[in-house]
Amino acid sequence: MSEAIVITSGKGGVGKTTACANLGVALASMGHKVVLVDADIGLRNLDVVMGLENRIVYDLVDVVEGFCRLRQALIKDKRLDGLFLLPAAQTKDKTSVTPDQMKQLVDQLKEEYDYILVDCPAGIEQGFKNAIAGADRALIVTTPEVSAVRDADRIIGLLESSGFDDPGLIVNRLKPKMVAKGDMMDIPDIIDILAIRLMGVVPDDEFIVVSTNRGEPAALSANRSKAGEAFRNIARRLLGEEVPFLDLTEHETFWEKLLKLIKTG
Amino acid sequence: MFGWFRRKEQSKEVARDRLKLVLMQDRMALAPHTMEQMKDAVIVAISRFVEIDEKGLEFEWKGNERNKALVANIPVRSVRRSAKAID
Ligand SMILES: Nc1ncnc2c1ncn2[C@@H]1O[C@H](COP(=O)(O)OP(=O)(O)O)[C@@H](O)[C@H]1O
Ligand SMILES: [Mg+2]
Repeated sequence: MSEAIVITSGKGGVGKTTACANLGVALASMGHKVVLVDADIGLRNLDVVMGLENRIVYDLVDVVEGFCRLRQALIKDKRLDGLFLLPAAQTKDKTSVTPDQMKQLVDQLKEEYDYILVDCPAGIEQGFKNAIAGADRALIVTTPEVSAVRDADRIIGLLESSGFDDPGLIVNRLKPKMVAKGDMMDIPDIIDILAIRLMGVVPDDEFIVVSTNRGEPAALSANRSKAGEAFRNIARRLLGEEVPFLDLTEHETFWEKLLKLIKTG
Repeated sequence: MFGWFRRKEQSKEVARDRLKLVLMQDRMALAPHTMEQMKDAVIVAISRFVEIDEKGLEFEWKGNERNKALVANIPVRSVRRSAKAID
């Protein structure tokens, strides 16, 4: 009954790794056994976002090449019981693993874990093909910007032709103030354009930077932040729960409106 | 002064319109089969009413930045007396 979910985007820097870490933390804190797989070979990041960089001995490529057993490469999270990380290799490149090997690896992980979250590299080349190889489901991360949404559309097309029929969308870094001013695309605009199921909206939140600095994902229950709450909600939706979307609307204040009027006048 | 009341197009509207267009072009470019399938579907639909020159059938994107139209040029050989039943 386990499920492998790939977190992908096309464009880099939109929040795949952040989403992967936070959804992993959220699912594990709800009592599930979760393993995070960093498939961004050569540009390993999930380890530092999780704050587990000092514990790495072996990596994904070591496992695939038979240098160690899978169990030896898995790092146990220091805060949550059922949470593990399989780090990417830092000194190899994407071609050191094939989609078949990735699928085998994910299938092996499924024997032990409820959820396997695969952090996909940017792009549509081999790294992407590896990351989706063993996945049952896909989550696409975008920001409300033209270039990110365009790349998301391309990825949705590629996922469809690889047999993923119902991918979910996460809109990350939404700035409610800019939306209120009409200077950022709104969720209905993006959903209308991409024609895809919305899984969640994560606001742009300085706390993400703080928590990444500390290696403590925002979704850890001790942390109180809008972004952390948004990720916890997405995790619950992944489990099939119906969770209302956070109200992120912020209106311009009277003074901001007046200032704008004077500026444009 | 009067500029105060003239509404400037919001940048999100510009973004949305540009995205819609660029995605139309991306999707078309990435799906060369789609044009062929569309041609076949149109031939089947229209042939019930008119006899067309299938070889001369042409599809083309027309229009400007804002409005795109799919224009079909369909050479007709003759018009049928009554619509053919679909087989
Ligand atoms: N909701 C958010 N609010 C603020 N900063 C964010 C948010 N999501 C991601 N970031 C920041 O954006 C940068 C890129 O995020 P990352 O998850 O590494 O993207 P990707 O894995 O897609 O390349 C990081 O510095 C991260 O801290
Ligand atoms: Mg990343």
